[in-house]
Amino acid sequence: MHIMEGFLPVAHAAGWWAASLPFLVAGTKSLKRIVMEKPSARLLLGAAGAFVFVLSALKLPSVTGSCSHPTGTGLGAILFGPSVMSVLGCIVLLFQALLLAHGGLTTLGANTFSMAVVGPWVAYGVYRAMRGAGASLGKAVFLAAAAGDLLTYVTTAGQLAWAFPDPQGGFIGALAKFLSIFALTQLPLALAEGFLTVLIMNALKAHSADELRALDILPAGGIEQ
Amino acid sequence: MKKQTLWLIVAVLALAAVPLFLHRNSGDGETFAGADGQAEEAITKINPSYTPWFKPIFEPPSGEIECALFALQAALGAGFIGYYFGLRKGRGQKAA
Repeated sequence: MHIMEGFLPVAHAAGWWAASLPFLVAGTKSLKRIVMEKPSARLLLGAAGAFVFVLSALKLPSVTGSCSHPTGTGLGAILFGPSVMSVLGCIVLLFQALLLAHGGLTTLGANTFSMAVVGPWVAYGVYRAMRGAGASLGKAVFLAAAAGDLLTYVTTAGQLAWAFPDPQGGFIGALAKFLSIFALTQLPLALAEGFLTVLIMNALKAHSADELRALDILPAGGIEQ
Repeated sequence: MKKQTLWLIVAVLALAAVPLFLHRNSGDGETFAGADGQAEEAITKINPSYTPWFKPIFEPPSGEIECALFALQAALGAGFIGYYFGLRKGRGQKAA
């Protein structure tokens, strides 16, 4: 999902920066509030950021014969809400832009929008909807993380198709091309991210139930199956 | 719960391993290239006149160094997660 440095026209690069900025501002506020009001959740917040570090470094082979990586933003979005993940995701992307020449500073706005805005919001929305409909924690976490992962890559494909419409097929033609590169490759990886997020959530249930109760993931007092 | 953990790990490993067998015999150098790079190629095909207007400030001087930095990224993340669960587990044992 990394759009390479300089690979978006200036207007697009600036536009995506402008689109991501409000989310980063809201995320910074949300981050401050959590650190102030729930000091016991600080370490877990760090762990959610660390999960993004690990997963976005894992480039895995896919059935399409190319490689891509999960994003890891679903976990934090479920635990702390999507805004916080905009900041944490942006930090990871900045690390990769500066040290790995993966993505870039000019495209950081666009990459933040796909991985740190759309992904977390989709994951959060799916999680809330599933829980509201009475789904178990495991099922909701799996689907939320997988959907957030996949939609991140669909967003990247959309961003590139918008910037580089196909001379014959226009936006739709280009979108089909970029989706075939990103979304198809991502399908199995999105499943993997869903499974990994459930694994971590199970571990949190076993060893960090107090924090999950404080964040309303587990009901206060009771133990959820 | 323990059994589910095992199945989840098996599922993740299978998702990563199956593609390796599917594309075992393709043989060309492009097998398992990064999707990001493929997108870059697609852009140059759609719009051959496009030239990137900004270059990365720093690029890892070789693939090896790039690998090292990716490993560092994963190690930082995994290290912190290990620290977190170690701490929590220890706290649980102390309370028990």
